[in-house]
Amino acid sequence: MKELEYPFDTEYVMKKRKSIRRTLLSDGSTRLKKKIAVFGGSTTNDIVVYLELFLLNNGIEAEFYQSEYAQYWQDAMFPSEELLSFSPDIVFIHTTNRNINSFPTTADSADEVNALLEGEYSRFEQMWQKVTETYHCPIIQNNFEMPFYRLMGNRDCSDYRGRSNFITRLNEKFYEYSQVHEGFYINDINFMSASYGLKAWSNPAYWNMYKYAMCVEAIPEFSFNLANIIKSVFGKNKKALALDLDNTLWGGVVGDDGVDGIQIGQETGVSQSYYEFQSYVKQLKSLGVILTVCSKNDHENAIAGLNHPEGVLKPDDFIIIKANWENKDRNIIETANELNILPDSIVFADDNPAEREIVRAQVPGAAVPLMDSIENYIINLDRNGYFEVTSFSADDLKRNEMYKANAQRAAQQAAFGDYTEYLLSLDMTAVIDDFLPVYIQRITQLTNKSNQFNVTTKRYTQTEMEAVSESGEYIRLYGKLVDKFGDNGIVSVVIGHKNGDVLDVELWLMSCRVLKRDMELAMLDRLADRCREEGIKVIRGYYYPTAKNNMVRELYGRFGFSKVSEDESGNTVWELSVEGYEPQNKVIRVEGNSSVKSI
Amino acid sequence: MDSKQIYERLNKVFRDVFDDDSISVNPKTTADDIEDWDSLEHITLISAVEREFKIKFKMGEISSMKNVGEMAQIIASRAK
Repeated sequence: MKELEYPFDTEYVMKKRKSIRRTLLSDGSTRLKKKIAVFGGSTTNDIVVYLELFLLNNGIEAEFYQSEYAQYWQDAMFPSEELLSFSPDIVFIHTTNRNINSFPTTADSADEVNALLEGEYSRFEQMWQKVTETYHCPIIQNNFEMPFYRLMGNRDCSDYRGRSNFITRLNEKFYEYSQVHEGFYINDINFMSASYGLKAWSNPAYWNMYKYAMCVEAIPEFSFNLANIIKSVFGKNKKALALDLDNTLWGGVVGDDGVDGIQIGQETGVSQSYYEFQSYVKQLKSLGVILTVCSKNDHENAIAGLNHPEGVLKPDDFIIIKANWENKDRNIIETANELNILPDSIVFADDNPAEREIVRAQVPGAAVPLMDSIENYIINLDRNGYFEVTSFSADDLKRNEMYKANAQRAAQQAAFGDYTEYLLSLDMTAVIDDFLPVYIQRITQLTNKSNQFNVTTKRYTQTEMEAVSESGEYIRLYGKLVDKFGDNGIVSVVIGHKNGDVLDVELWLMSCRVLKRDMELAMLDRLADRCREEGIKVIRGYYYPTAKNNMVRELYGRFGFSKVSEDESGNTVWELSVEGYEPQNKVIRVEGNSSVKSI
Repeated sequence: MDSKQIYERLNKVFRDVFDDDSISVNPKTTADDIEDWDSLEHITLISAVEREFKIKFKMGEISSMKNVGEMAQIIASRAK
């Protein structure tokens, strides 16, 4: 459920928690059933409410036991009949710095403080051992957040009498225990409170009024983070990260801008951001996360981009590279099959909201994080905890090699039914009409940078474009496409030269961001209309191959033109009779210039 | 903001928090009138009301509020 993925809207989740719960419980999915005992040192009610939601969203239906207020130690050490018969699958100990019995005072000697530290720590260690003996189940233990005031100011963190220093040392002892005990996990509230803002997190009003050790608004994030550990322990981590390329792993479009034109490396702030993101992805690989590519690109261009000398990731880092013009949901499902994993173990990272939407809709269970702007990529992937590490083995390090071998064996599968439905769901409206002066600059710019979906790759200066625009010898169309995710701007240009009753199409291009939306069909329909109005009988199309425009080699053939000639270099000429042409676009509403207001 | 608007917005918050579209609050409404309104849900309610009206109740106000009418009065004096 999108509403429960990072970055979620805390306000919304808090307000709608009951209806979200109802929706999740009635969605018909089968979930793991687990019993979770929560031993609280403060109020835990809301923690459990949100924890339940986030676990449901991760395929776990939990039943909870909560200790009476602040009875964590008693419950752990002297379990009741109720608790014994509950028999938890996991124990969560929710303690905070409010539960530290004795802090150092300024009168204490270093030895006295060491004794205090030992005393506090052994109380916890006793408890962990008792829980392990009694239930033989995993334990999740909070570390401690920093205190919200510093008696000694900055010195509080370094002086052995400071509370900040004491907490830091206590935390360190918790970590040492976790390093040598399997099935013992730290819930890092020290990080969570810092990330949320310690001042807001520790607002004492919530403790003094409600005995919550953190502000109520921070609880959903707290529970989200806790749920990540639990779902990881119960095997619900994701396994693979499928990455788009253009504007995801580098800035720009490698097919259009060329390898030298993409942004990656140390040159600019933007290229450094992509570099940092690639480094993060490379680190994920070192955890055993399988990396794959899922990009709409020619294969050679994808490889060229990945071989950029300034990049961190290389083609070899990916188990599978799907760089083609198939729909992405299909590529994701094929990727899963080839890896022999379930499609819901895949995280799909793509900057394009329309691609994210189709994968979200067509690949149930796959994670599709928000990738709205390069500076947020790392945090959005990281905070979602898709690959939360609760154990780390030698196998994790070898996993990539293993999958690489499997991938070569697996068969391809193609199963897709509802593409038209998807297109209709995008709620697309196009403006397709003769050039308007205000758009000439954009039309020229698009014309000169489009390389892939471009049949003639003819270039125009702005002056030449203006001349075409004012001449009576041409039929011109620009196309602008709006869908429910926003305005794609001007994405297609067609220019035809009138030659008696024949129209010679000198230019037909489209931006790759709207591929497979049937925009080209909408353009063709409109062109046919315009030809009828001008008394044109035949449309003649030309295809001139370049290194980059292979994807439109058969464009006119797909349109229904007949090929009339082809020479040795692969240049082709095509013709279509205007009479009897039937409109082909069925998914885009088309309007004319009259709909372009106030410009 | 007049009192009618305050009650309309409060009513929406109550319906969301208690997930019950039949709720209709008035100045005399208290926790006794709404089944799920216990001390734990009270925290959620207070924080939802604070976000709705972009105000913060003081600690003293939260503990002394006796009914929805008193809550609305504080909102009226605080919200602009």
